Amino acid sequence: MRIPEDLRYTRDHEWVRREGGEFVAGITDYAQQQLSDIVYVELPAQGTAVKQAEPFGSVEAVKAVADLFAPLSGEVVAVNAALGDDPGAVNRAPYEEGWMIRVRASNASEFEGLLTPAQYGALLAELGGGAS
Amino acid sequence: MSDQGQARSADEAMLAEIGVGSFDELIAQVPPRLRLAKPLALPAPLAESELRRLYGDLSRKNYDPARTPSFLGGGVYDHVIPAAIEALTWRSEFYTAYTPYQPEVAQGTLAAIFEFQTMICELTGMDVANASMYDGASAAAEALLLARSVNHGGRALLAPGVSPRVRGVIATHLEGAGVALEILPEEGGRIDIAALPHALRAGPPACALLVQQPNFFGLLEPLDRLPEAVAAAAGERPHLVVSADPLSLGILAPPGRWGADTVVGDLQPLGIPAQFGGPTGGYFATRAAHVRRLPGRLVAEARDAAGRRGFTLTLQTREQHIRREKATSNICTNSGLLALRATIYLALLGPGGIREVARQCYARAHHARAGLTALPGVRASHAGPFFREFAIDLGQPAEALVAGIHARHGILAGIPLGRFYPGRTNELLVAVTEKRTREDIQALTAAVAEGLALPRGAREKGNPSHAEP
Amino acid sequence: MPNPDRPTPAPPAEAAACSLQGAVEVIFERSVPGEPGYRFARLDVPEAPPEGELPAALLREQPPLLPEVSELEVMRHYTALSSLNHHVEKSLYPLGSCTMKYNPKINEELARGPAWALLHPDAPESSIQGILELLWRFERDLATIVGMDAVSLHPAAGAQGELLGMKLFRAYHREKGNAKRTVLIPDSAHGTNPASVVLSGFTPREIRSGKDGRIDLAALDSAIDAGTAGIMVTNPNTLGLFEKDIEEIAARIHAVDGLVYMDGANLNALVGLALPGAMGVDAVHINLHKTFSTPHGGGGPGAGPVGVKAALAPYLPLPRVVREGEGYRLLQHDSRSLGRLHPYVGNVGVILRAYAYIRSLGPEGLRAVSRAAVIHANYLMRQVEGAFPVAKREACMHEFVSSAAWTRAHGVRNIDVAKRLLDYGFHAPTVSFPLIVPDALMIEPTETETRRSLDRFAAALMAIAREVRETPEVVQGAPGCTRVGRLDEAEAARRLQVRWTPPGAPGAGDPRG
Repeated sequence: MRIPEDLRYTRDHEWVRREGGEFVAGITDYAQQQLSDIVYVELPAQGTAVKQAEPFGSVEAVKAVADLFAPLSGEVVAVNAALGDDPGAVNRAPYEEGWMIRVRASNASEFEGLLTPAQYGALLAELGGGAS
Repeated sequence: MSDQGQARSADEAMLAEIGVGSFDELIAQVPPRLRLAKPLALPAPLAESELRRLYGDLSRKNYDPARTPSFLGGGVYDHVIPAAIEALTWRSEFYTAYTPYQPEVAQGTLAAIFEFQTMICELTGMDVANASMYDGASAAAEALLLARSVNHGGRALLAPGVSPRVRGVIATHLEGAGVALEILPEEGGRIDIAALPHALRAGPPACALLVQQPNFFGLLEPLDRLPEAVAAAAGERPHLVVSADPLSLGILAPPGRWGADTVVGDLQPLGIPAQFGGPTGGYFATRAAHVRRLPGRLVAEARDAAGRRGFTLTLQTREQHIRREKATSNICTNSGLLALRATIYLALLGPGGIREVARQCYARAHHARAGLTALPGVRASHAGPFFREFAIDLGQPAEALVAGIHARHGILAGIPLGRFYPGRTNELLVAVTEKRTREDIQALTAAVAEGLALPRGAREKGNPSHAEP
Repeated sequence: MPNPDRPTPAPPAEAAACSLQGAVEVIFERSVPGEPGYRFARLDVPEAPPEGELPAALLREQPPLLPEVSELEVMRHYTALSSLNHHVEKSLYPLGSCTMKYNPKINEELARGPAWALLHPDAPESSIQGILELLWRFERDLATIVGMDAVSLHPAAGAQGELLGMKLFRAYHREKGNAKRTVLIPDSAHGTNPASVVLSGFTPREIRSGKDGRIDLAALDSAIDAGTAGIMVTNPNTLGLFEKDIEEIAARIHAVDGLVYMDGANLNALVGLALPGAMGVDAVHINLHKTFSTPHGGGGPGAGPVGVKAALAPYLPLPRVVREGEGYRLLQHDSRSLGRLHPYVGNVGVILRAYAYIRSLGPEGLRAVSRAAVIHANYLMRQVEGAFPVAKREACMHEFVSSAAWTRAHGVRNIDVAKRLLDYGFHAPTVSFPLIVPDALMIEPTETETRRSLDRFAAALMAIAREVRETPEVVQGAPGCTRVGRLDEAEAARRLQVRWTPPGAPGAGDPRG
């Protein structure tokens, strides 16, 4: 179970990488394991406004579909178009090729409320650690 | 029916092995006051021979379809049903099979659905089609709900020629969905194309435009002129939904050519018997972009680990059993066996056969209308082009005439329009399929002529020498 | 851990035996250009070429791509396809809440006869008194069986019955001026329940089941408020347990002028034994393709008539059959009706089969149905629970839920057990439902199975349990004896090849061949 040290996390199993005034987000290794083979990712259009904790898209596997919740508020400046042809990238490399959206943050203070890697690890331990 | 006496003693032995003394013990969780003390008040059981007699006796109170030429249409048509369809759908492997949730033991059902989806795409000019809907009417309702989820407009515009029954079903489904239904202006029984841009601009944005082809009066709508008329309206283009008779698509252009976003329809003309209106099947076809909004089931090609090609249900995450309260539709059981009938029908006919049957319907209907409108006092209700159905104005109440023709000649002459349109009691909707021979049509024409000439009181009466229908 | 949605190769010996016959074919692959199709009678009226009168724009330019095959090829192809299906006359379908009982042949014969099958609904009413009488009698018999006052035949399936039920609730509350928003649903409910609630404009509110698997009265109380339009219950519930407190539950809902809807999917446990109407239920749908033996058709058609108490009867959809003197007619207009649901009066073809079934059983026969259904389920549960423990240790009604959670320790999942059952010649039970039991196997044998059939099924499950411990890879790789093995559903969902395309056409086929 990978929980990179340079990222922050949400209780909904998203990760966030801060890059100055923007952030990049996706779903965690735990989330992709729970869903198993991902077949489709529904992402918002460029320019869409997203609000923290509200759904901005969904990720679809064979037997389940999960909403994606915005970790922070802001405006979508880019989405990972490569996921259209290769949704499996989310399973293979959730923190790298499997990135989903890049957002220009509108409220920097929200970043402080995100979980640290240690806190996220503790959350997973509570949930039973997930699949091996 | 198995011997109930024998079954009961085997069951009693099972009770002992379960470890209870009596059945009452086994159902201890059912409060005693809820348990029925005596059997239900229903008639005594019937053996097979008695059931045949019961159904035989009851059917003598119906007209005999085998001996009654029918010119009834209005959404259900008397088309030829090839013998092979019955033979194949009598196979237990098809008609007693469950929904194909375990694909490895349901490749028969799944492959046939894949074929069905393909054939519907071909007929309609759409990219994707689902595994079937309950009927064409609920398919139209679901198409409007899909349009609303894409377009968010608060109005759905219905062409005036959409069947009143379909309109009724749509109204029930869309009640409470936040979409106002509006009927567009009519011109000669068809959509008034000149008035369409104004209708689109006047009022809240329209999420959808629904047109039926051929329409309820049998007329062909000018689909080719729709894209231009719709483009002339301001604002976001409404989702164009065409409800198309699948048999007519043997000669008519696929609605996809005219910018249809979704095409739906009823499968009944494709090898499905009338069955007093149900069950039938519906089809639902749309553009690739909307595949994730498709209601109902969808079958896709798949491979196993050895690389063998098979078929499986796909995108089940849209469906109610997974998406639950977020599902776009609650449809579960649909019309599998009826879609299979339609598939076999289209396979038997092929491109040549579907063209032939459509052309025959067209020729016979035109021949019939020519003969009927040549009768004094009878006019065609509309001037526009038609496929296999048309309305005529008899100049007299159609209900009485139709009842009299059935009583005297055993012919079902048509559907009186007064049943749906209060002001149109003198008009009759007549459908002519490839089953109606030259003699049938001649007999109808003669019967109408005779009926019109009778004095008012005698029109609906039978001839005393005919048996009671 | 192996991914259950991604196929694992079957053990070599079994795979080799089954790979000789090649891929599953589609009819297009048998097409021979120029093969004449079905022969129609010759045209005996003057030709009327459509291109003579219709604008070219309305006419098809290219023929549709349909197969060109002879009748023999059609028969061979679909017969071959049929042999790839499991079906009721092959062996058991132990699917919980599906009630896959035997479909008596006499019902098929009667319903398919042209005297009934070709009747047109718009014929003059005097000429269709037989069918109207049958429908009227059928409504009365159904009302008797479920203890209700009136029945609608409109719904084409159980899910449409649920939708109708929710719309009836809306009509009732609207007329009374009640401000109602929510419908309560137990967490064990089938997915159609919350979907139907949402589609009718209400908001579903989930109530947690108690420790005994039934609706928890305390949870119910905290969920009920003035905005509660009603509750949707299944009884027996999806665990196969009778909701003992159903009358109390109904009373508490009625106390806020709410209504009780019962999903009748499990009616097979109750026919002739207990009446939903006596439990405080206000509306109940009846799955004719479950309880009343009409065939499943590979996914329909079905029918889901709804029985209602008198308070809801005025809102029932139209048209419906009414008695008038000595005859019958179709009532077409009533201002309080919520309108039309079915394009005609209902799935009459299905009803013809169900009515024959009811008339063939009579009151004692119907009572024997639920009795045998409950006995068979309990008998099978006792045989099976050693290998696959049952969630609730008490007698079940007509179905029970086992858990396969223990197999995870061996690298196996419930879906693998289900797939291995296919190799033993049985269909799998319902898998992973209800959601409240981990790794559920929901099993309903029905009353028409023999003891021998139940014993053979139990033996297969026991054998598979042994395989899980001793040779788990065989279970993980199952099925190995079917025409195709486990299919890669993830890849199928990504590729989305949902129609056949001719080889060489854009988007055709799979580069892997």
